[in-house]
Amino acid sequence: MDIDKGPSPIVFRLDPGSGVPTYLQLVQQVEQALRLGHLQVGDQLPRVRDVVGGLAINPNTVLKAYRELEHRGLVAGRRGQGTFVERALDRAGLREQAGLRRSLLEWMAAADAAGLDDAGMSALFTAALQDRHTAGHGERDDRNERGERNERTEGIA
Amino acid sequence: MNGVAIEATDLGKRYGRTWALRDCSLTIPSGHVVGLVGPNGAGKTTFLSMAVGLTPPTTGEVRVLGRHAAGSPDALDMVAFVAQDAALYRNLSVAEMLRVGRSLNRRWDEASARARLAETGIPLDRRIGALSGGQRAQVALTLALAKRPGLLVLDEPLAALDPLARHEFMASLMAAVADDGVSVVFSSHVVAELERVCDYLVVVQDGQVQVSGSVEELTYEHHVLVGPADQADEVASLFPVVRDRRAFAQAHLLVRATGAHNVPPGWQRHPVTLEELVLTYMREPAAAALPGPKAVAR
Repeated sequence: MDIDKGPSPIVFRLDPGSGVPTYLQLVQQVEQALRLGHLQVGDQLPRVRDVVGGLAINPNTVLKAYRELEHRGLVAGRRGQGTFVERALDRAGLREQAGLRRSLLEWMAAADAAGLDDAGMSALFTAALQDRHTAGHGERDDRNERGERNERTEGIA
Repeated sequence: MNGVAIEATDLGKRYGRTWALRDCSLTIPSGHVVGLVGPNGAGKTTFLSMAVGLTPPTTGEVRVLGRHAAGSPDALDMVAFVAQDAALYRNLSVAEMLRVGRSLNRRWDEASARARLAETGIPLDRRIGALSGGQRAQVALTLALAKRPGLLVLDEPLAALDPLARHEFMASLMAAVADDGVSVVFSSHVVAELERVCDYLVVVQDGQVQVSGSVEELTYEHHVLVGPADQADEVASLFPVVRDRRAFAQAHLLVRATGAHNVPPGWQRHPVTLEELVLTYMREPAAAALPGPKAVAR
């Protein structure tokens, strides 16, 4: 058994085939760990060097993920120490998600009745999501993809 | 950190009648992990060996870390090089190889070198020739980093390694970047592995630079537009098109569009991966993506 001796309760893994940018995979895994209770307020995120040494990825990618989490108000960096969880994902969000999931299932039933298969639904959903981005709702994501370079030395514990 | 790692001006190298590299002008900022890619014979090794001062240029000049001419004593102190074949003496032990490194370099961090070797589990008394390829690569990396370089240049460091050794080598390299903030430039054939590691990309083709820029900007600026073929000419006139693929009903246009890029109605925009981008440019020798507007091929 491989036991991670780092200061964090979680470890990251990457899914290279997912098409999700690496930094976003790290963001999503932290959020998932928060939802599942594997990470709690005050817990430390894996140190940048440990992540980089384990996954063989660019340190800037980890820093970008941590900045995104900071931007979302979930974690905060402490100079010279590392990055720590500030806020758990609220359970109300979970309940909202359950509601959204229900309405999505209803939508899928309607799509099924209209003759769409899984791939058809997925394509329609993706296209609608892109329309939404094109209409300007995706600006926040675009901004976060840019202007975050050359800050490698910052925030490394 | 926001300086220049390598700056080449009109750099060229001719061997006999053949130009291995010509008219190469580019600036690579420091503080990056730079991937230098291109087909065999594109001039990658020639470029790197001129940048580290091993080969004198036929034309032009190359400077490193701001102002030092490649090969000058100051440049040699601050630049470390790991060659394709990881130049090590096979009959020496790892400890003896360390001693050689210490005596050949003005700057030398013995403690960090020993710590790195301990971390990778390489015994000091083992002969270099008895190490695995992956371990030899790790020793070569350790020797290069022990100089505490500002710039680390590696020529095809992954070429001879199996997938596990590749992963471990890149993990060590990235840990060094996190620890010391060293600028890294490496050439590679392994396009798929670049995406995880590089934040800056240079594509060399036929002895010239074809693409150069930060990975974030390149992947942000390029995307594939998918839509009806009968509108493709119109859409293609709106953006610089790097690759144009059409069937009778559908068209895929890989475009480079900066700033606010509106997707034409009825079209879908897909992101491109770095691998797709690199392969596309390598297939389209006439297309260019240098900083600033350049001619782009259809």
